[in-house]
Amino acid sequence: MSSDSKSRLLASPAFHSLVARRWRVSLVLTALLFVLYYGYILLIAVNKPALAASMGGVTPIGIPMGAAVIVGSWVLTALYIVWANRSHDPEVERLRAELARHD
Amino acid sequence: MPPTLDTSLGTPTASAVLFFLVIAALTLAVTWWAARRTRSTKEFYAAGRAVGALENGLALAGDYMSAASFLGIAGLVALRGYDGMIYATGWLVGWPALMFLLAEPVRNLGKFTFADVVAFRLRQVPVRIASAFGGILTVLFYTIAQMVGAGNLIRLMFGIPYEWAVTGVGLVMLAYVLFGGMIATTWVQIIKAVLLLFGVSVLTVLVLAQFDFSPPRLYEAVAARYGQAALQPGGLVTDPYDAVSLGLALMLGLLGLPHILMRFYTVPDARAARASVLYATGFIGYFYLIIPIVGFGASALVGRETIAKVDAGGNMAAPLVAELLGGTPFLGFIAAVAFATILAVVAGLTLAGASALSHDIFVHVVRRGHAEDHEQVRVARVATIVFGILAVLLGIVFKGQNVAFMVGLAFAIACSANFPPLLLSIVWRRFNTPGAVCSIATGAGLSVLLIVLSPTVWVDIFHYPQAIFPLRNPAIVSMPCAFLVAIAVSLMAREPSAEAMFDDEKLRTYLGVGAE
Repeated sequence: MSSDSKSRLLASPAFHSLVARRWRVSLVLTALLFVLYYGYILLIAVNKPALAASMGGVTPIGIPMGAAVIVGSWVLTALYIVWANRSHDPEVERLRAELARHD
Repeated sequence: MPPTLDTSLGTPTASAVLFFLVIAALTLAVTWWAARRTRSTKEFYAAGRAVGALENGLALAGDYMSAASFLGIAGLVALRGYDGMIYATGWLVGWPALMFLLAEPVRNLGKFTFADVVAFRLRQVPVRIASAFGGILTVLFYTIAQMVGAGNLIRLMFGIPYEWAVTGVGLVMLAYVLFGGMIATTWVQIIKAVLLLFGVSVLTVLVLAQFDFSPPRLYEAVAARYGQAALQPGGLVTDPYDAVSLGLALMLGLLGLPHILMRFYTVPDARAARASVLYATGFIGYFYLIIPIVGFGASALVGRETIAKVDAGGNMAAPLVAELLGGTPFLGFIAAVAFATILAVVAGLTLAGASALSHDIFVHVVRRGHAEDHEQVRVARVATIVFGILAVLLGIVFKGQNVAFMVGLAFAIACSANFPPLLLSIVWRRFNTPGAVCSIATGAGLSVLLIVLSPTVWVDIFHYPQAIFPLRNPAIVSMPCAFLVAIAVSLMAREPSAEAMFDDEKLRTYLGVGAE
């Protein structure tokens, strides 16, 4: 593969937007993960009674909240996979093919 | 043991021995099979890059779910209630972050170790030495904690003397890694993950069956016996800074664990690496969701007093409730699974430690990148023996010591010394050799220094009245400092060769062009 076609691809708006979009998606999901986990931990640190509130019966709201952090983490991971498979991979393939064609 | 405590724990029952022999025979047969397929470095370190995404997901789960998280979290929930559940969530949240930030770039850029990524466009010798130092330090502290845990747990469950238990774990684990390399290690981790998930699932069903399959009725039983407080946050999380610091170490430390990152090189490409993280997150998340049910079940059915009498740390909560509900045969099964759990984790750690010694230090520092493949495999096997013997010796040296802090320390070093240079080498063109070396030294040095000055060591182990550094985990200070040093030092001088190679690196990071 020629260094010419490489530098053309590196300079192309398509490659720039691929990289920018990849980090935008990653950082938004990372931010949501931080809100989910540190929100839970800090709530425990500063306001324990909030987790002791009853949901009817003895089960306090804290128990489903803990479970929600675990399930939520997995859901965020799954969201990333769906985005990567549907939107990111086809674009990666397209750019790779473009690079190969110019050889 | 008092007569009220009717348990066969601590004696090697026929069923425990039988299940143990079955697991040992199965894993050693796999090793024999793998040994004939382990000739090149690609096979020894990376299982020929032929592991499927689902298999790697299971192996990642098997690498990560330690005996400490199985027995320890069940025990924590049993004795301290809800606090154990908070702890469990922290162990999962690194996985999504690993997926979002590092999984694909690490897979595309590296060959066998995470140091491949850090050193991709930097000067090999200094960066390899520094990265291997950070990696080996992480793996060593992690291994010490595992070996000491293994010795104690096996003594509690089978009644085998501590030194024998540690040596036994070392020998069996060495057989896996030495002969079967990554192929055997992968399958040992898969077998262990399946057995552990199966065993804990059965245990959960047995517990819930006692409460008409209604978790609220289980919680009622816990509250009736130990008060509503058992279902509410207690003393574990009080200081917000401490909580965030521990959270950072757990979450971002995963992104710097050499034995976990190394598993990404066993799959064919970045897409498979990504899918394997989703599977791993699913298995590990499921595990941490059901472990608290086992813990609450143990406290409602066995009782805290009995659990604490067998082991003050509560580690025997899950085995005790297994014996109560499934009899001696099921206890034997759970004990054997706990043993397999330890073996699989230690095997993964040994392979990571050996690869840092052989691939990073021997090949890239001693031989400057030029060594025949068969020689590399031979050196890797020697490094495996060295690391394995070291693990057994350290396990025996630290007998009876409080090593619980060492897992926290391993995570602190991973997130402060290994994670910053990894991330910066991927995203920042100006990142250079002095920046990488100084940031690793800062991250590792500060982590160790601050944890020694923290209440975890200064007060709990050295018994000084007052800690010099107030937080129990240093990550909130040591990780930002490592990043700052990396950036400041990199900005002081330019490294034209590193900047020039950044373009090639980008094509490889984002498109997988040239990835191995």
